[in-house]
Amino acid sequence: MNRADLNNHGDLNLQVDLAGIKLKTPVLLASGPAGYGHEYRELLDFRTLGAIIVKGISLEPWTGNLPPRLAETSCGLLNAVGLQNPGVDYFLKEDLPALRNSGTKVIVNVVGCSPDEYAAVTSRLDGKEGIDGLEINISCPNVKAGGMAFGTDPKATAKLVEKVRRETELPLVIKLTPNVTDISTVARAAETAGADGLSLINTLAGMLIDTENQKPLLGNTFGGLSGPAVMPVALKMVWQAAAAVRIPVLGMGGINSADDALQFIMAGARAVAIGTGIFYNPRLPVEINKGLAGYLHDKGYNSLAEVEGVARRQKGAD
Amino acid sequence: MVAPGFCRLSLEAPKIAAAARPGQFVQVYMFSGRRPMLPRPFSIFNANPGQGQISFFIEVKGPGTAMLAAAKKNETWSLLGPLGNGFPAMPEGSLLVAGGAGIAPLVFLAASTQKERLLIYGAPSATMLTCPSSDLDLPGLITLEATEDGSRGEKGTAPELLAVKIKEASAVFSCGPCGMLAAVKSLCVSHGVPGWVSVEERMACGIGACVGCVIKTGNGYRRVCKDGPVFPVEEVVFDEQG
Repeated sequence: MNRADLNNHGDLNLQVDLAGIKLKTPVLLASGPAGYGHEYRELLDFRTLGAIIVKGISLEPWTGNLPPRLAETSCGLLNAVGLQNPGVDYFLKEDLPALRNSGTKVIVNVVGCSPDEYAAVTSRLDGKEGIDGLEINISCPNVKAGGMAFGTDPKATAKLVEKVRRETELPLVIKLTPNVTDISTVARAAETAGADGLSLINTLAGMLIDTENQKPLLGNTFGGLSGPAVMPVALKMVWQAAAAVRIPVLGMGGINSADDALQFIMAGARAVAIGTGIFYNPRLPVEINKGLAGYLHDKGYNSLAEVEGVARRQKGAD
Repeated sequence: MVAPGFCRLSLEAPKIAAAARPGQFVQVYMFSGRRPMLPRPFSIFNANPGQGQISFFIEVKGPGTAMLAAAKKNETWSLLGPLGNGFPAMPEGSLLVAGGAGIAPLVFLAASTQKERLLIYGAPSATMLTCPSSDLDLPGLITLEATEDGSRGEKGTAPELLAVKIKEASAVFSCGPCGMLAAVKSLCVSHGVPGWVSVEERMACGIGACVGCVIKTGNGYRRVCKDGPVFPVEEVVFDEQG
């Protein structure tokens, strides 16, 4: 997908509808790497993005994990930032106003320690101008249930989604964790409980040891792996989730090229998100849009919808 | 390469050279999804706005620094910078304390003024005092070297030498390993001398977005890339191991 000149495909329509959110392009910024968007607006043109999914927001400020928080791996990045964030009130006052004028749609990622906290954050975000949808991060530990992540248990997932659903009419995308035995049951639980869309994958649990100091490399011991290393795992889970539900799926996990993005679309994703990739190539969203438009043009398609899930049909998976 | 494991890399970067202040850093992009993947941050060692050049003084430690050490003449690299907050202006009678590769931002700082200033440059042994002496040949700069094994300069550590000299110092500026910076902190605090340190932590975005590079400070976790890399020494919390 190395195309030098794709400007002649500007008429091609890359618009998609993700869970009721009309996106100009199918390439979003994943929650986390770009924070609340302020800094990356200087490095990439947000008008080329379908949306920015802002870093997870909790009810009160969270301080995050002990450093070191980052470690590079062979083809990936291990992180344990610990969802450091300034809390929902600060976000609404200090971050949202600038995001409203950033030229792209805004999806707010919601985190919490209890269903009540998720509901409280959601209710504060509901109805605020400039928020186009919510992404509910269900990878957080359920403190009352012994710290197991909500998203590893279909029942806990369903309860959480039902509770959040009652707080808002905004499009609700549920972000699934890959650290499960069967992604299909969690995906179905989220859909039945009222989700408008799913996004996956969150990072894969991992760790590294510093052999010089003979201790875990991350301050938090465990972290989450992202980057190109996780792409085939993510693709398989998107394939499985798309088979399990009728709501649209936002695919992500190590996307590093337009060809990677196309694979997610062909596995059944409606759109894709870039996370770790913007660290090493802030032009990636632009390159992917160009590559997608080039592919559609070369193959004689008029829209991305024509290739959504096409590999599934080839395989008779639907 | 200027010494085993160390190289000095000069790049044509007129905009960065014109804007850079001592203590700031630059992200060097690798544009690859495999290791070395993340942009690598380097303190600016030297900036020459007239020639439009900057340089880094790099200790080769991993795949990213190895790749840069192998860079050939006329290669093009993508840079982002200058980034972060630099050192404040240096008063007359300042003391600069460098440990090993931590010399890099302090050479830029020392070159920014002709005021009277003293540089203490320490390392475990002579072979690790790798900064070319021509880079330290600056008008009015006095350099004192310290090695733990006594193979060059004074026998001892940079902080031990600082302990002798700090009484005459108006301010301290330092960069080096954590253990050294912790010792610099206690000396500055006990003598009531203002001090600033340049610290490092693994970085991803380099621009303040991802909060991956935080360190512990008296004001909570702070981002090395955006709130630093230079911090008032009393603010930084050094762990027991240093």
